[in-house]
Amino acid sequence: MIGPERAKEILEQALRASTAEQTEVRLFAQDMELTRFANNFIHQNVAETDTILSVRAVMGKRRGIATTNNLSTDGIARAVDSAKESALRQPEDPDFPGLPGPGEDQAVQAFDEETAACSPEERAKGVGIICRKAKEKGIVNGSGYFRTGTQEISVANSLGMMAYHAGSVADISVTAMTEDSAGRAQRSAWNVNELNPEAIGDEAIDKAARGRNPRKIEPGEYTIVAEPYVADDIVFMLAWIGMSAQSVQEGRSWMNDRMGQQAMSPLISIWDDGLDPMGNPMPFDFEGVPKQRVDVVTNGAIGSPVYDSYAAHKENKSSTGHASPPGFGLDTSFPLNLFIAAGDSSIDEMIKSTERGLYIATFWYTRPMHPRDAVITGMTRDGVFMIEHGEITYPVKNLRFTQSYVKALADVEMVSRETRLIIGEPFGASRVPALKIKAFNFTGSTV
Amino acid sequence: MDTLSARALETAKLRGAQYADIRIVHSQDEEISTKNGVVENMLTNETLGFGVRALVDGAWGFASSQNLTHAEVDRIVDLAVKIAKASALVRGDSVQLGPPVTSKGTYTTPIQIDPFTISLEEKLNLLLQADANMARVEGVSVRNGHLTFIKEHKSFANSEGADTEQTIYEAGGGIIATAVGGNEVQRRSYPSIRAQGTAGWEYILAMDLPGTAERIASEAVQLLTAEQCPSTNTTIIIGGEQLALQIHESCGHPIELDRVFGMEAALAGTSFLTTEKLNNFPYGSEFVNITAESIRPTGLGTFGWDDEGVPASSTPIVKDGLFVGYLMSRETAPLLGLTSNGCMRASGWNRIPIIRMTNVSIEPGTWDYNDLIADTDDGIYMESNRSWSIDDKRYNFQFGTEIGYEIKNGKRGKMLKNCTYTGITPEFWNSCDAVCNDKYWFMWGTPNCGKGQPGQVAHTGHGAAPARFRNIRVGVMQ
Repeated sequence: MIGPERAKEILEQALRASTAEQTEVRLFAQDMELTRFANNFIHQNVAETDTILSVRAVMGKRRGIATTNNLSTDGIARAVDSAKESALRQPEDPDFPGLPGPGEDQAVQAFDEETAACSPEERAKGVGIICRKAKEKGIVNGSGYFRTGTQEISVANSLGMMAYHAGSVADISVTAMTEDSAGRAQRSAWNVNELNPEAIGDEAIDKAARGRNPRKIEPGEYTIVAEPYVADDIVFMLAWIGMSAQSVQEGRSWMNDRMGQQAMSPLISIWDDGLDPMGNPMPFDFEGVPKQRVDVVTNGAIGSPVYDSYAAHKENKSSTGHASPPGFGLDTSFPLNLFIAAGDSSIDEMIKSTERGLYIATFWYTRPMHPRDAVITGMTRDGVFMIEHGEITYPVKNLRFTQSYVKALADVEMVSRETRLIIGEPFGASRVPALKIKAFNFTGSTV
Repeated sequence: MDTLSARALETAKLRGAQYADIRIVHSQDEEISTKNGVVENMLTNETLGFGVRALVDGAWGFASSQNLTHAEVDRIVDLAVKIAKASALVRGDSVQLGPPVTSKGTYTTPIQIDPFTISLEEKLNLLLQADANMARVEGVSVRNGHLTFIKEHKSFANSEGADTEQTIYEAGGGIIATAVGGNEVQRRSYPSIRAQGTAGWEYILAMDLPGTAERIASEAVQLLTAEQCPSTNTTIIIGGEQLALQIHESCGHPIELDRVFGMEAALAGTSFLTTEKLNNFPYGSEFVNITAESIRPTGLGTFGWDDEGVPASSTPIVKDGLFVGYLMSRETAPLLGLTSNGCMRASGWNRIPIIRMTNVSIEPGTWDYNDLIADTDDGIYMESNRSWSIDDKRYNFQFGTEIGYEIKNGKRGKMLKNCTYTGITPEFWNSCDAVCNDKYWFMWGTPNCGKGQPGQVAHTGHGAAPARFRNIRVGVMQ
């Protein structure tokens, strides 16, 4: 870790070196270690230390960006010059509002010393427990990872902004496979002590064991009881294809023509909140703007997208603190701290209330086909079971679906009390419940 | 060999490593993107660092850092060895690497014009000209353009005596016109995200982005009111760019031997092309010949050596329809009694090499494109990928394309929107009855191939020409 003092030193050095009219500097530092296992043993085990400086130089209504991990005096000077040079070579963008000014300081606790210091031996111990139990239960391929580390983000600009945040990350993912079945489990936290490797392994192993000898069923419309991993996929995909102000302004979002309307079930509320410690909090965005909670869906009614300073300026609004990390192909604003509201049901109650349907563990390789209707295709994976007369009766082979996610959330009948935090790599997290969806459209099957 | 590399290998040996290697990578890139006549992004990026792999007690450790100092090299080697020892606590069979690799030499991508010598103004002007030409078409909502240039210098040395240096150049670019109307969002791109290669500025000039801009903008607008792709089973002819992605997803990934052995099961998945199928499985029809190689000009998988120091090579994958080859590493090939064909690549200094596609391409057939259309009584021509999805064994897929055209009585007819097709990989490739000739073959790229944990993005090449497939299910939308 570089720490707040060193981060400030580097940022101030870069600001001093800049001769641009306005300058924004950002540091992203990562110390991340990941122990990966497959076939019930550790096969890859890695560590990474990197600190990246990003400079945005503004000349009038033009801006250029340079990033480098060369933090020597020369390296910083080169990046600063390169950013200004890029800015000077381009025409003005009349919509560019300039850099945001300093906001109110807000801090959230998301750092744990033990997580930051977690050793390869400690991770190997956790993985060892999972692999031993997998072998004992006849799992031919117990695979996954155990990741621990720290991420620091610091943003400063020539208008006086200076913000620093450090977070720790712990994440265990397990996929257990037999010859003809699979099960998956994942838990994330910023405190490694909240993760129980044995319990996570057991969840995946149990699904794989119960999934043996799956039957092929005909595609068609089914009621589904979906684990939180499915809800994570749904909320992330809806974010990707249309929760940014930019996508709404350009008319390509599923939110277009639905804002203010009751387009989803009253049981569904979705929001982004970078300050909630139940997520993976981060108090400001990649422009340093303090994060605000944004209610995207409230009791089924479609609310507002998230804004960065650029998109906000176009509508004469203020940024909601959702400037996205550059270089990831995202819109300029993006929600990285998503929540779906908990309900009052349990997964058992969802199954018991289902006359005929499917229990789904995970979606895989989901891709948009029609963004305005949020029609998505993808596969089920790592656990599909038939539900008949309120009971799980037999495992089922994987199915392809083609389904509007907006319509799916309109058809939600039950939401679980329990929610699960799922942290993405390298950014983004959601805390989501299990869902019972009345009608879901499966369009193909596989072996 | 530079002193840092020599120090790392010597230190690793002293710490008990049976094998070690070090890569020092310095990568520079430049990205320019425009949107609706203004610059959206003008970005330069530089990253420098090193990564050390150590094999200790038959298990792997890897550590990496941005600080190229003697003290940091010592710390990172110690950490890699420590991590390897931790891996050995939960070890499988001891890793065997096969014959030693002792490659030596230098390699530089052959380019005509160094893209980093072209001014930002010239690059930007090209995109703005294309943007202005797209803007002439009424009804276009969003106009995008982008250019990408990469120069990566990489040194590799291992404890067996390998010592190589290579400089790889990449150039890529394209434009996209998006039209929005009613409940439709339609786009046309040119050439596509897959227009990226190991090449110089000449690769961009050959695209003629300004000269094509008006056509694709017009097509985007026409798509808003085009007829919906029918939902039926029919003959399809797939354009080269879409077929390149079809090859990537349904052939390139399932032939990765790490997937076959379950090493990527947790994320990427496994493969239906299990080892008993090698030399024994009709992957496609007699017209399907697929090769994996790292030597063809402009391929994103073209290099001097892979990240284990194994030289570039060519491997038949599907020969007259029969499945005959895998993409392999030093660790996986010996498990089949083979030696590596050089497919290990890392996305940067901070990642371990894993098996990645090189250039996995369908070989040209014999058909002229116009003859192929004329030979088709009833079907749909589809081109330019819009969406893609495939299961974790690479068996069940569904693709969508930006545009389609009805084919009736040997003639291309009306435009179709929201085209999709779906199928099962070997059934699909066995339904192929024609591939166009080398006049229509182009080496496309896929610069966004994700794999591994922590995540890595690889750049892979895929040569393809339009090809025809019979009795394919199309038009799945709801």
